[in-house]
Amino acid sequence: MAGLELLSDQGYRLDGRKASELRKVQARMGVFAQADGSAYLEQGNTKALAVVYGPHEIRGSRSRALHDRAVINCQYSMATFSTAERKRRPHGDRKSTEMSLHLKQTFEAAVMTQLYPRSQIDIYVKILQSDGGNYSVCVNAATLAVIDAGIPMRDYVCACTVGFVDETPLADLCYAEESGGVSSLALALLPRGGQIALLQMDARLHQDHLETLIEAAMTACKGVSKVLDEVVRQHLQEVSVLTGE
Amino acid sequence: VTAVQQRLLEIRNLMKTSRTSRYVTLSNISEVSFVIMLKSKTFVKKTRSGGVMKIVREHYLRDDIWCGSEACTECKQESTVLQKDTCIESSLCSYPHYLIPDTNVVLHQIDVLEDPVIRNVIVLQTVLQEVRHRSAPIYKRLKDMIHEKEKHFYTFTNEHHRDTFIEREPGESANDRNDRAIRMAAKWYSQHLKTSESNPDGLKVVLLTNDQGNKQKAEESGLLVHKCEEYIKSLIANPELVDRLALSSDDKNEITSNKVLFPEHLPLSKIQAGIKSGSFLQGTFRASRDNYLEATVFVQGEGEDTTEVLIQGLQNLNRAVHQDVVALQLLPQNQWVAPSSVVLQDEGAAKDDNVEEEEEEKVLRISAAEAARKPTGKIVGIIKRNWRPFCGMLNVSQIKESTRHLFTPADRRIPRIRIETRQASTLAGQRIMVAIDGWPKDSRYPNGHFVRSLGSAGEKETEQEVLLLEHDVPHQAFSQAVLSFLPKMPWAITPEDMVKRQDLRQLTVCSVDPPGCTDIDDALHCRELENGNLEVGVHIADVSHFIRPGNALDKEAANRGTTVYLCGKRIDMVPELLSSNLCSLRSNVDRLAFSCIWEMNHEAEILKTQFTKSVINSKSSMTYAEAQMRIDDTTKNDDITKSLRGLNKLAKILKRQRIQKGALTLSSLEVRFHMDSETHDPIDLQTKELMETNSMVEEFMLLANISVAQKIYDEFSECALLRKHPAPPPSNYDILLKAAKSKEVEIHTDSAKALADSLDVARVDGFPYFNTLLRILATRCMMQAVYFCSGMDSDFHHYGLASPIYTHFTSPIRRYADIIVHRLLAVAIGADGTYPDLMDKHKQSALCNNLNYRHKMAQYAQRASVAFHTQLFFKSRGILNEEGFVLFVRKNAIIVLIPKFGLEGTVFFDPKDKTAPSLVFDEEGPTLKVEEHTFHIFDKVKVTISLDDSNIQHQKIRMALTDPVIPGVSVPVPDTEPQTKKPRLDR
Repeated sequence: MAGLELLSDQGYRLDGRKASELRKVQARMGVFAQADGSAYLEQGNTKALAVVYGPHEIRGSRSRALHDRAVINCQYSMATFSTAERKRRPHGDRKSTEMSLHLKQTFEAAVMTQLYPRSQIDIYVKILQSDGGNYSVCVNAATLAVIDAGIPMRDYVCACTVGFVDETPLADLCYAEESGGVSSLALALLPRGGQIALLQMDARLHQDHLETLIEAAMTACKGVSKVLDEVVRQHLQEVSVLTGE
Repeated sequence: VTAVQQRLLEIRNLMKTSRTSRYVTLSNISEVSFVIMLKSKTFVKKTRSGGVMKIVREHYLRDDIWCGSEACTECKQESTVLQKDTCIESSLCSYPHYLIPDTNVVLHQIDVLEDPVIRNVIVLQTVLQEVRHRSAPIYKRLKDMIHEKEKHFYTFTNEHHRDTFIEREPGESANDRNDRAIRMAAKWYSQHLKTSESNPDGLKVVLLTNDQGNKQKAEESGLLVHKCEEYIKSLIANPELVDRLALSSDDKNEITSNKVLFPEHLPLSKIQAGIKSGSFLQGTFRASRDNYLEATVFVQGEGEDTTEVLIQGLQNLNRAVHQDVVALQLLPQNQWVAPSSVVLQDEGAAKDDNVEEEEEEKVLRISAAEAARKPTGKIVGIIKRNWRPFCGMLNVSQIKESTRHLFTPADRRIPRIRIETRQASTLAGQRIMVAIDGWPKDSRYPNGHFVRSLGSAGEKETEQEVLLLEHDVPHQAFSQAVLSFLPKMPWAITPEDMVKRQDLRQLTVCSVDPPGCTDIDDALHCRELENGNLEVGVHIADVSHFIRPGNALDKEAANRGTTVYLCGKRIDMVPELLSSNLCSLRSNVDRLAFSCIWEMNHEAEILKTQFTKSVINSKSSMTYAEAQMRIDDTTKNDDITKSLRGLNKLAKILKRQRIQKGALTLSSLEVRFHMDSETHDPIDLQTKELMETNSMVEEFMLLANISVAQKIYDEFSECALLRKHPAPPPSNYDILLKAAKSKEVEIHTDSAKALADSLDVARVDGFPYFNTLLRILATRCMMQAVYFCSGMDSDFHHYGLASPIYTHFTSPIRRYADIIVHRLLAVAIGADGTYPDLMDKHKQSALCNNLNYRHKMAQYAQRASVAFHTQLFFKSRGILNEEGFVLFVRKNAIIVLIPKFGLEGTVFFDPKDKTAPSLVFDEEGPTLKVEEHTFHIFDKVKVTISLDDSNIQHQKIRMALTDPVIPGVSVPVPDTEPQTKKPRLDR
């Protein structure tokens, strides 16, 4: 009959979070040995695996090479078992291509590509389980993988989706919320400088509300950056202990 | 190698996590850190295409959900809802306590919960969600109660509380799981309150449930639990609450005998299959007003066409109630019948359930001519009940001690309802409301319960309430949620308000309204510009500034749709603070307005149109009469008067132009009651008089509406809210043409203009009132004007005003349509933002339907109110003898109009108790020959007017003929000659 009540009068969302609360974020770096960098990240039920190769020489046609910076090559895919109904085409469909492009743009803004002219950096991201906020989870996982690969970045790139319900911004939407007709916005932020790497919104929203929504997205991104920072520090500690042996 | 292996293990563990639950600290989430437990909720769902989908959702459990009790010191809550002293006295629970109702108690006993006595109730999230799922109206009522501060209803989010969340066990049904969750929460509360130290009074929680199994399990786990009935009955000092209890299914069995009276209703699945295969039809059930054993079902066919199916006899009606959506099966053609023309009312004592139906229905079995037979069917199932609480009166049972009584609704189409009450003696003679609970197949009448008393029958307050309820006019006081969106007082215009506004405070603006008007939504100004042209401004209250789209206030106003004016009472669409103060364009205060300003030359041609939001300061608010006096008083020459004269001059030109284009001036008699200032009883009736200033204001409002309509249509061709008035089909004019012909006057109805012109020249010597009567008749031929969304229709023409496009812009305080038009116009001129619903033509169209419905109902309510006051008036006057005109001629009656009172009544010639005189009806005239005398339309007659109060629920004005004298038919002239006051006939 009635749709889902996304935000109750008491201020709780469908899954029991409050409006500004993120889902539980857990991550691991350096999960694969062969790749130059890799990371696994879950944000609630959305789980992503990111792998980075490079920087290395341009593969394929040499004409793609840029004389002053590195080319970033991104590929986004979703596992066939990542959604409730089995996915037919794991990558290469329009949505994935678009997502790849967005990831590429995001990381071109964050990675210091000018340090590696005429070379290429590959970022592969795979969604293992999808429960909303695919883009932001990919960005967060890829950030960790890039750090794991030891490629210099201006800052962490942290991303988060924010939706707007009953005049309230909801941070980090899950699938039920995303599909419940909420106008949502995805933001990738370089938190220290507060620079926006990517901002994407394809729903209708009154412009009066945009300011508050971006504000909320930025706070959420900063929250994500804190977690990522912790993960990196912990990883470093573990690695240094291992190498110390 | 070991390091890599270890890492892989860790990952594997990580990937598994959500299956098990564990504690995590999420400090990054917000400033406050708290412990959260994560659960994963998995369930399967059937998709629309029939597939099965597994859905996995996260479910966070928290420990920062507080209990909401004033007595608790453990919870770190900022504000509490539940009181420390619960002032409810019950003989079952002698200690202070909070109530926890389960879902079924809320769903079935919402009337009881709504009583102000019931306070300090804990509404569990489980219950709230289930109610939301099961019944939208009850959910809304529950939400309203939670918002009401006085009620102290607290919502406890038990599904997300760490200690009260439970998982569904294998083999457990969803309902059982919810019941267990409710018990769990109740248990948590009782322990929580026990441990909190500052609770010396021994606060407890009491679980209310009607489910035997649930109750037993709760008792086993040591909870205080009562049946809802038991608890309500135990309340000391509030015995009347008991009557509001709805009958639960196990009580019903006691009432009725075991004999099955009706065929079983088919289950929904069978009905759906039947409708798909075409063996059943779906339609809306409309009971007949005159015959309780007969009804029609309107079956919506392909596209626009609907067919009517006749249903006859109790068995075939099969417990359907007026307005239900039903499934029916057509009977074979040889069983089809014709609608009976008898009037049958279900009267007298309660019929025994096993009374011979044959007897009841015998009267129906009149063999009808083959041609008159109609498709006939029988009801096989109910798809959707449309029961609402009904107003009416109690027929007290003959047995004095009986607690079961029959209730007769005011609406004749609703069957009588059996209710159980112990206060029959007090309720007799009162208007009461009753809700239907169910209609078992072995009961002659539906079972219901008493909801509330409206007051003694015949009293003004009560009757007003009844007519509001029966016309579905929302008239409750505005809820707290709605009021919370009102601006805070003292209110002043802020600089932000001024950003997109023009300051027009220096203009000489004035308003002209009927006397006693407090919701002034329009004001005018007119001044001469330096270039010799005139600037005319219409300033409309800027209601859309205060009512923002989508909030509770907006939703309430959209639902109400219009302000309803009854005699001596106004049911506001928006709260009074707005309607009579902040929005009302009163004199000498700064008010926000939406202005429409034209530059015109002296021939009233528009040279320039400008729309703007503005601030005005009205210099004077006048009545029509005052404004008229100023215009006529040649000694006055101040700014206001000059402005008025300018306006008046232009208005005359505008009106002339409009009439030349073919606008109709129709007529209907509107009456005004002079009320006694103390008793508020009507002491005199007067037909409303119209002055030049009335038409002056009207002219400019029309102009503004047309200008705005054009503008919003130009900007938003798909979603402009407009108003149209379709041309009536030619057959509608038959009665007018026949009537005119009988006086040898020719009326042309080819176009609006032809009609207007021929009405203008229609005169009969020595019969000055003839023209007005013709116009009254013409008004009856017209169609209803309706709102519509421009994207959903192609015909915009307004027939009556002869305008190609029209909308309502000028009364946003009392009509919701105007608010939407304001918003559209504001977006068009860039003064305000837009929102999705405004641009959605389907939503707009749905809104238009509601507005049209509300307007229609408001009109009916208004008429009913006038009729009621007319009755009051004649009740105090006794029998009067008045002059009138025959307006219509029917087969067995004439309809007479009394111009003096604007009153219309029917004179019947076939009284029930006497033998009917010989009647000859000629459809061509139409004329009616009664004995020797022949009645024509427009004949002048004299009638006596008196009040017939033999049926207290349906009082009516009775008219009887005194002149012409027809032996055996007419009545003698009453002795008391009324104070003769010459009625003003021609205006």
